[in-house]
Amino acid sequence: MDASQLIQKYYRLDKLPHIWCPGCGHGILLNSLVRAIDNLGLNKDEVVVVSGIGCSSRAPGYLDFNTLHTTHGRALAFATGIKHANPNLHVIVIMGDGDSFAIGGNHLIHACRRNIDITAIVFNNNIYGMTGGQYSPTTPYGDLAATAPYGNPDSPFDICQLAKGAGATYIARGTAYHARELDKLIERGIKNKGFSLIEGLSMCPTYYGRKNRKGSAVDMLKFFKDNCIDKRLVDNNPQLGEGKILIGELYKSTRPEYTESYKAIIDKLKE
Amino acid sequence: MENKKELILNKEWCKGCWICVEFCPKQVLDMKDGKCQIVNLEDCIYCQLCEIRCPDNAIYIKTVGGNDHD
Ligand SMILES: Cc1ncc(C[n+]2csc(CCOP(=O)(O)OP(=O)(O)O)c2C)c(N)n1
Ligand code: SF4
Ligand code: SF4
Ligand code: SF4
Repeated sequence: MDASQLIQKYYRLDKLPHIWCPGCGHGILLNSLVRAIDNLGLNKDEVVVVSGIGCSSRAPGYLDFNTLHTTHGRALAFATGIKHANPNLHVIVIMGDGDSFAIGGNHLIHACRRNIDITAIVFNNNIYGMTGGQYSPTTPYGDLAATAPYGNPDSPFDICQLAKGAGATYIARGTAYHARELDKLIERGIKNKGFSLIEGLSMCPTYYGRKNRKGSAVDMLKFFKDNCIDKRLVDNNPQLGEGKILIGELYKSTRPEYTESYKAIIDKLKE
Repeated sequence: MENKKELILNKEWCKGCWICVEFCPKQVLDMKDGKCQIVNLEDCIYCQLCEIRCPDNAIYIKTVGGNDHD
């Protein structure tokens, strides 16, 4: 088989090559997740990868873990059930920006609030890729989309800020360009005992790129290279952050975890 | 025994996105007929940047021989 040991170990090889367009960022982000899981040495049978609907949500279908492809926006609801049924599992959820913050926004904020031990990775390409390039809650103001031919009149969410306000206890942002760094961010997210939200900046050259004249996949990766800066550098020198997108570990805190709190109640009532 | 590194390209999975070609620090790769090709293997420093950013798992570094615990 003409694939690296890593790919052979964690992918369903008969499902490759995947259906994503040439230069789609989702493939790069997915490999970061796989390297993170490998670095942590997790037992494959104790990992569950859950998704909703969208190009990004195709990801679990390619992976050789326990996987579940659910309905649009509801991945976190299914994942909550899985984590409750067996809190020993590492539950990882892959969602698109539309899946997680438009139709699934309510599930998202309440999963954050509950601080349930799930790692959510948002493949944010600023657009609805699967359905042909409609704008999403992360499409920048003024950008073009199939549903915004004269420019998007809505302002985007900063999804990391939103997750922080809602109560997530680990929040990080990475990009397809900074893929190595993203491995580490995902690793820490999986290790966090609580709700982790990792925003992975992805690219959709087919719709978002083409419509907005952002160029090819290469140009979009260069954009990440030139416009992102690690939060640690900005902490030391705030001027560096002006006009830049912050990447790295953005927030970490500790709060009771949902399934543990739930178990404590059950144990108490059994006494 | 010393490990030997090999640059492997799987043209069947390559979708010709140019990412590896553009970001290789040593201009080892080029594009031909819509597929990546290795044109300058002597300069490869086995940094794995192509492997890490290829969205399609079509190019990677294989380590042959030695032990796997390096
Ligand atoms: C209940 C429901 N509403 C709408 C759709 C149509 N639909 C499929 S995917 C999608 C959005 C995909 O965008 P995103 O979540 O950002 O993922 P991407 O494809 O960009 O990776 C929509 C609206 C659906 N499948 N189900
Ligand atoms: S439409 Fe966009 S998000 Fe979907 S596979 Fe193609 S490039 Fe990726
Ligand atoms: S390993 Fe590094 S030097 Fe060699 S082809 Fe890949 S990116 Fe270029
Ligand atoms: S990055 Fe991968 S898919 Fe893109 S041109 Fe290189 S080998 Fe082909």
